[in-house]
Amino acid sequence: VSKVAGKAAGKVTGKAASKAASKVISTVLGKVGLPKLKRAKRVDHAEASSHFIAAKDHIAFHDQRLWDLRKKRDRESEEIPEWQELRALASAIKEHTLTHLADYLEEFERNAKKNGAHVHWARDAAEHNQIVYDILTKHGARTLVKGKSMLTDECEMPAFLGQRGIEIIETDLGERIQQLDGEPPSHIVVPAVHKLRADVAQVFARTIGTDPKSTDVPYLAESQRQHTRPYYLKAGAGMTGANFAIAETGTIVTCTNEGNADLSVNLPKLHIASVGIEKIIPKIEHLGVFVRLLSRSALGSPITQITSHFRAPRPGTEMHIVLVDNGRSERLGMHDFWYSLKCIRCGACLNTCPVYRRSGGLSYGATYSGPIGVIIDPTFNLRKFSALPFASTLNGSCTNVCPVKINIHEQIYKWRQIINERNQLPIVKKESMRMAGKVLASPALYRTAVKAANAGLDFLPRTMIYNPLNAWGRQREVPKAPQLTFRDWYLKNRGKKK
Amino acid sequence: MKVALFIPCYIDAFFPEVGIATLELLERLGLDVHYPLDQTCCGQPMANSGCQDDAAGTEKLFVKNFGGFDTIVTPSGSCAHHVREHFTAVPQTAKVEKLRAHTFELVEFLHDVLKVREFPWARFPHKVGLHIGCSTLRGLGEAKMSEIAGPAFSKPLALLSKVKGIEVVMPKRVDECCGFGGTFSIFEEPVSAKMGYDKVNDHKSAGAEYIVSPDMSCLMHQKGCAERLGLDIKFMHIAQVLNGARS
Repeated sequence: VSKVAGKAAGKVTGKAASKAASKVISTVLGKVGLPKLKRAKRVDHAEASSHFIAAKDHIAFHDQRLWDLRKKRDRESEEIPEWQELRALASAIKEHTLTHLADYLEEFERNAKKNGAHVHWARDAAEHNQIVYDILTKHGARTLVKGKSMLTDECEMPAFLGQRGIEIIETDLGERIQQLDGEPPSHIVVPAVHKLRADVAQVFARTIGTDPKSTDVPYLAESQRQHTRPYYLKAGAGMTGANFAIAETGTIVTCTNEGNADLSVNLPKLHIASVGIEKIIPKIEHLGVFVRLLSRSALGSPITQITSHFRAPRPGTEMHIVLVDNGRSERLGMHDFWYSLKCIRCGACLNTCPVYRRSGGLSYGATYSGPIGVIIDPTFNLRKFSALPFASTLNGSCTNVCPVKINIHEQIYKWRQIINERNQLPIVKKESMRMAGKVLASPALYRTAVKAANAGLDFLPRTMIYNPLNAWGRQREVPKAPQLTFRDWYLKNRGKKK
Repeated sequence: MKVALFIPCYIDAFFPEVGIATLELLERLGLDVHYPLDQTCCGQPMANSGCQDDAAGTEKLFVKNFGGFDTIVTPSGSCAHHVREHFTAVPQTAKVEKLRAHTFELVEFLHDVLKVREFPWARFPHKVGLHIGCSTLRGLGEAKMSEIAGPAFSKPLALLSKVKGIEVVMPKRVDECCGFGGTFSIFEEPVSAKMGYDKVNDHKSAGAEYIVSPDMSCLMHQKGCAERLGLDIKFMHIAQVLNGARS
């Protein structure tokens, strides 16, 4: 695997120097880069998960709702006989594109400009936010209606614009619920999946004045709709993300279910689209591969309700596309981790992840949660997110459901090594591993440890089941030490034999 | 046929009956079984925590104990998976590469290498829930994975189906992880225990009297969960059932 990566990344190196794209691809690709250590408080996933688990109704709903999505995904994918071929094709298209990224980005820029769109390049979140703010200011836009975009969350754009007096209205229902509640999305596709109906009723009652006693879904949905609709007419600008950006046509594509992105684009006189540079695919003929995979993987539905192609501004309006790097080119240079850029943000790995389902997206303390978050987040800040690769049992289900065949659980395994090498393991864990390594490397020390366990000294649970915090016994019984170890029994019963 | 028996540390210390059943079963099948007395562990706990540096000594000892054998058998899927896929803390010499390729989990050894299809001595008249650990399932590929379409197959089930009187009952989520995950069980204790509770409850709802598995580490965790919950369900390694244990 690493040979292929090296070769592939090597191909990019030569191309990266070329003109416009080099503005955004800031690092030398193919060089094994590792994230810099920045000051930050380490996210404590385990601690956060304990609070999530304590809310019994919530976790039961959350786990079952996402498991249902996973089952629907299984059914839908099983109905496509060529599902595995589609995955392989999608993966190959993405790998090809990522290893020729500079070329395709420039092709996209040329064609988008030909269509009449403005194209901007943002090296990082700060540049992205400033570009968006400048466009809004130039047009005198004070209100922004916004479709779903993880990238703008990644860039912390809402706070940046909010501080500068821009009013942002999230128009995706789940995102709107989260915005009204002052929380980030907890899932990349279903942002408010951790909330029960009653929670939403409370949020709406508090913020948009619905009847606090009513938890009737049509009533709540309609109330929100009536509250949000006027903003489409009032807004000076609409914003979307992009699921795909097609180099050949210079168009961007969004796959949505609510129609809100289209209203956000087609009512205001200004459309701004924030697009991560990894969203590029070469040709429109490739789109079908991804469209067939995306919604089936995400929600277990054959296709999203709406697949919109945005080509050019309507007469009398402007369309701006902001191509954002924000660490992506650096990630592209990371030997074992560049595959994560294939991600199409379907959320299937979150839905299937038994840890995610039982800890909730907010417990990861990052824009991207679940298995994909676990392998992306450390590239933003290794220290802050150093616990996340350990929020996994390495069960491998995420890798199996990934529509673009990202080797997620193998990357999680690799991240753990890097976190150890960069001295980011908590001292208690590192010390217990050091001790376990010492004991298990020595037959004599090992046998002493086993004897101590038999004498009731509880040494084994501390070293063998790695129990520095005595965490095993909190909710589980500790196994009882037997009269004889297997080795003792063997010596007694097969002693003559070597 | 001469084989080396690797009994992982936690089986040696806590579940000797699993080691004994494995040894007796292999002997019953006519194998010349050797048990190197200085063995400890395969290095997985340290390596899975990212600590290659701390795993090196243990892996080195493993090579010293087992490097001289053509076939190594262990009643633990995750340990076999570690040796085959992740045993990289020591230099990859020809000897190490050979050892890695020739280390087998018990079920795949019986099913694929020896091709055993009959266990005439085995009778287990109970309702059994089968648990296949994730390393055994998705790592060693011993059964069809629920995420990937295709014809059903299961090597552990194929062997168990030859045991007289056994009735296998399936939980709703057939291959959801039980939450053991090695050090995960300690450092992510809240989620680990919740997953374990959900797993044993799922098996109980399916009517299982026993949970049987090629993975004793998963069972150690599930047993701890079931006992704390006061759930009436018993646990047995697949080697014990195949070796003729009655209860």
